[in-house]
Amino acid sequence: MVAVAAPILALAVGLTLYAMRDAVIFFYGPSQAETEHVPPGRLVRIGGLVAPGTVIRSADGMVRFSITDNVHAVPALYRGQLPDLFREGQGVVAQGVFDDAGVFQAHEVLAKHDEKYMPKEVVDALKKSGQWRETAAPAQAPAKSAS
Amino acid sequence: MIAELGAFALMLALALSAAQAALSAAGRLRHSPALQGAGEGAALGAFIAVLLAFLALMDAFVRSDFSVANVAQNSTTTEALFYKVTGVWGSHEGSVLLWCLVLTGFGGLIVLFGDNLPRGLKALTVMTQGVLAVLFIGYTVFASSPFARLADPPAEGNPLNPILQDPTFAIHPPFLYCGYVGFSVVFSLGVAALIEGKVDAAWARWVRPWALTAWSFLTVGITLGSFWSYYTQGWGGWWFWDPVENASFMPWLAGAALLHSAIVTEKRGILVGWTVFLALVAFSLAMLGAFLVRSGVLTSVHAFAVDPTRGTLLLCILAIAAGSAFSLFAWRASKLTGGGLFAPISREGALVLNNLFLSTACATVLLGTLFPLIRQALTPNDPVSVGPPFYALTFMPLMAITLLLVPFGPMLAWKRGDLLAAAQRLWVAAALAVAGALIVLALARPAQVLSYVGLALGFWLIFGALAELVERTRLFRAPAAESLRRLGGLPRGAWGATLAHLGVGVFVLGACFESTWKLDNSQALTVGQSMTVGAYTLRLDSVTAQDGAGFSADRAAISAFRDGRPVCTLAPERRTYPLAAGQTISKKSICIRGASDLYVGLDDALPGTGDAQAWVVRAYWYPWARFIFIGPILMAFGGLISLSDRRLRFSLPQSAKARVGALKAKATP
Repeated sequence: MVAVAAPILALAVGLTLYAMRDAVIFFYGPSQAETEHVPPGRLVRIGGLVAPGTVIRSADGMVRFSITDNVHAVPALYRGQLPDLFREGQGVVAQGVFDDAGVFQAHEVLAKHDEKYMPKEVVDALKKSGQWRETAAPAQAPAKSAS
Repeated sequence: MIAELGAFALMLALALSAAQAALSAAGRLRHSPALQGAGEGAALGAFIAVLLAFLALMDAFVRSDFSVANVAQNSTTTEALFYKVTGVWGSHEGSVLLWCLVLTGFGGLIVLFGDNLPRGLKALTVMTQGVLAVLFIGYTVFASSPFARLADPPAEGNPLNPILQDPTFAIHPPFLYCGYVGFSVVFSLGVAALIEGKVDAAWARWVRPWALTAWSFLTVGITLGSFWSYYTQGWGGWWFWDPVENASFMPWLAGAALLHSAIVTEKRGILVGWTVFLALVAFSLAMLGAFLVRSGVLTSVHAFAVDPTRGTLLLCILAIAAGSAFSLFAWRASKLTGGGLFAPISREGALVLNNLFLSTACATVLLGTLFPLIRQALTPNDPVSVGPPFYALTFMPLMAITLLLVPFGPMLAWKRGDLLAAAQRLWVAAALAVAGALIVLALARPAQVLSYVGLALGFWLIFGALAELVERTRLFRAPAAESLRRLGGLPRGAWGATLAHLGVGVFVLGACFESTWKLDNSQALTVGQSMTVGAYTLRLDSVTAQDGAGFSADRAAISAFRDGRPVCTLAPERRTYPLAAGQTISKKSICIRGASDLYVGLDDALPGTGDAQAWVVRAYWYPWARFIFIGPILMAFGGLISLSDRRLRFSLPQSAKARVGALKAKATP
């Protein structure tokens, strides 16, 4: 029993440790991404607000927008259907990689199904850049939810 | 008035559940059938009371009684009746009430169908179920009442989020909850066995049908949720390794392990402690899921109104229930007999291996889900998330090995299996699997090596399951009539297992095909223009304004052609919901082509008017995507067929003759 269990556990622990080092996705606010220089090609998440006036939809289905914390802005590019709650001025978390030109190539854009909700990381990122105002905070979602 | 009756019924249910726990415990202590019977009566009463409360809430939703806060926040007068009804579990309060309904419902089922359980064990099981009901109904009554009134009722309610107004989504919570909460029965049976200090083969035989029921419901629930995500999220994502999804997947994995270990405990009387442990783990993970989903400690793609206070309370419930159960396990597990030795190359050996892999895989998912939390506690300024890359490195390899071993299990005999003989019976299946992958390699454009490994694995599971049928019916070796007779004589349990394993293979094939060969294209089209995706040409025929219940929409008519021949018309919509702050959602349209999907969404209109008006059309080709959902449905169906096996029937008392037969079978295994 032990002879069988030990290799499986060892395998699992080995894989997990390896994955923990290389496959964890770090989160950056726009200012943090600017100062810490995320290496191009590394899968990360960028969170902030969709900067008003920056969303450009082109005919080939590409969408350009900026993710901002009102101090720095990260230019982002996304090809695909944006979540239905993606709007200018709203909180957004994008997952993807920076290209060599410093443009964030989003693979996925996560916006909540609930229009009043602001992702926790976005709130933290705004607080970190000193741009969080309680008055600017979206109203706390009432007891309303998905399922 | 009816809402107050509902609130009252809920408090009554709380009292009855407390009585259920107390009377059952007293009945066990004093060996009093009368007290025990009273406890069982209270359990049935608690179910009826929760059902009344549930119906009262449903009534408030159907009548759009906005003086009830929950109704005002989650439904409108203009919604279709279907969404008014399903809106009952659309909110946190309502979904917890549904949880309580299912919990007391399963309590009632133990009372009704548990007649062949030993008296003491049944009393303790009903007692544990009562304690769980007290915890969750108590939480509903004191922290999450769905019946709170508004002093100043609004004229119109706040609509259920439009994206959730979808038939599949609306019906998936009841399935999911029957799965989650169904594991409460095996949890209670486990606790009862630990208190009694006795687990035997018969106990495992009672655990199996309940575990099967819960697991099958959970399978359907997860599949429905995934299917909803697939056709609403726009890009066809059906699994994100999101915390909320993992919350449902972990109990599923633990449940799958439990199903297999219970077989070993039943047939061979070994692995007793482990089976009890898994029974506790499955429901604990379900409760952990409820906490993760509702507390908002993890950022998820899926929105749930989160409430840290309630999260803390749910954590307390989890700590009390799981904490005491595992303490009991630590204290009493050594009492459970039936360690026993077994040969590694045997059916039980294969099932043990299955359990090791499934539970290790479950542990990696748990670790991946909780890791951001643990890390945040250590380095609060450096948030991380754990996504697909992590699971691709941990869960996938473990699961691939597990699946590779699946076809061997049923080929090995109990006690002493012959690996060589099993391999001999399986070489045809292996050859066919490799051939299948090679044929795909020849036909489809090249892709990563891993895709072929996945495809071969999928074919291997399917042909392996079929090989088992061939073996059991002696097809190709005995006359056809003989094979047919044997096929008819196969126990339902064997059919169930074969079908479930086949379903896993179908799922693996679908997942590999979809992720390797999916195509997409998006383009701005004016009316009359065309675009292509894969082998299909799509022509935008018209865009017209349409009004529906609570929304107005732009509906496109798109004709799809293949090789110049029309194959179908698609009608994606862009809906605007004025009541939901003008939220727009895109309603996809899918043209089913065999097992594959041609999937089209309408994006926002680009600036322009008249003939120059263009819309961005997003088209996707998802080859074999249906297999992703058909596979799990086959698994659940396999579970159901196993459930109908005479040997597993938990309701009917066995006839005297059958009982003697069973005893004889046990005496000479």
